[in-house]
Amino acid sequence: MNLESLKSEIEANVPGCRLEIVSNPSLSGQHSLLLGPSRALEVALFLRDAEALRFDYCSNVTGIDWPAPTTKGKVKEMGEGFEDDAEEEEAQLTGHLEAVYHLYSMEKKHGPVILRMKTEDRVERVHLPSLTPVWRSADFQEREIFDLFGIVFDGHPDLRRILMWDEFEDHPMRRDYVEPDDYEYEPTAHDDVLRKTQQHHGGAA
Amino acid sequence: MDEALKTELAKQGIFTTTLQELYNWGRRSSLWPLNFGLACCAIEMIATTMARYDLARFGAEVFRPSPRQADLMIVAGTITKKMAPQVVRLYNQMPEPKYVISMGACAISGGPFKQGYNVLKGIDRYIPVDIYIPGCPPRPEALIDAFMALQKKIDAQQLTGDNRPRHLNAAEPSEFPVPHFGAHDLEPPQNPEVWHPPLVNISVSTADIDESGIA
Repeated sequence: MNLESLKSEIEANVPGCRLEIVSNPSLSGQHSLLLGPSRALEVALFLRDAEALRFDYCSNVTGIDWPAPTTKGKVKEMGEGFEDDAEEEEAQLTGHLEAVYHLYSMEKKHGPVILRMKTEDRVERVHLPSLTPVWRSADFQEREIFDLFGIVFDGHPDLRRILMWDEFEDHPMRRDYVEPDDYEYEPTAHDDVLRKTQQHHGGAA
Repeated sequence: MDEALKTELAKQGIFTTTLQELYNWGRRSSLWPLNFGLACCAIEMIATTMARYDLARFGAEVFRPSPRQADLMIVAGTITKKMAPQVVRLYNQMPEPKYVISMGACAISGGPFKQGYNVLKGIDRYIPVDIYIPGCPPRPEALIDAFMALQKKIDAQQLTGDNRPRHLNAAEPSEFPVPHFGAHDLEPPQNPEVWHPPLVNISVSTADIDESGIA
């Protein structure tokens, strides 16, 4: 399926939606559609219900963490080079989270179409619209993303942690997650684990 | 009593024994495991109870669905941190005398998930373990071997004296604190009364790593 034509078809039918093609330069060439969160639900409904598309099956939902770049010089250089506007520059500094949906059509036997949605940052503005009302199969997977990445899906029928316990506060799949330090006993320690074990044994083995 | 004399008397049809022998014989011959499994090791445990390996030969065929009726906890599988409090609670609900077999790499140390954030690094951090079986998963023969090792251990226990088992010593605990779900990890991360980090030599040759900090 041609993503360009799909994009223009969605834009014609869902006025006011923000769509952008994210190209994948690798061999797999799985290009995806970056979807603005504001009209995401309408776009999803259109993809599911339009006669020619009928994307009735959401096979996978996953999250991605894009932390802020650590080297500030690089950000500045990029900002100057591409002359980003203020909003995009801020997004560069704070990083963001992303949810990725893989859609197929059982009826028309086509797919996948890959949808992406970005949060505004990684701390406060981490809300995205839930697509569970459109595809029921996204229920547990959006809960998993909420649990492990910390994206809050507005409109989800039952947004609770699914893998970790309710009292847990961290989001383990984020790249800056600090795991609990229970490295007292590591019989075959090496590299990072060796360093952590040594800290438990007074700095030296 | 002299062992040779005992054997001779047995040949003549006279059976002699001691209270300790009878008591240990009774305990080791009716070890009823608690009926629960945590991961793939449980499949091997189930296979052990079936006709091919036939755990019933060791008096352990009755898997009890209630901890109140069980003597033996076979911790068969990965203990996630979310599951650990329930395992400790089940152990606490078992009446004394009770024994624990830690089956497989995960139950011993966390196994392949040892350096993850969500798997407990061995059930012995919270409850005392009698027998460890390595393997991923251990074969039924290994579980049977663990059973026989546990039976030997029970057979050798003294009913009196300082070395008597825990259930005959009122000063020893029969219940252990259940960890709580904390904000970042289980609290406490281990029970220092039960578990001490084994002393291992973790030094490496200085060629492998920079000079700072290591012998």
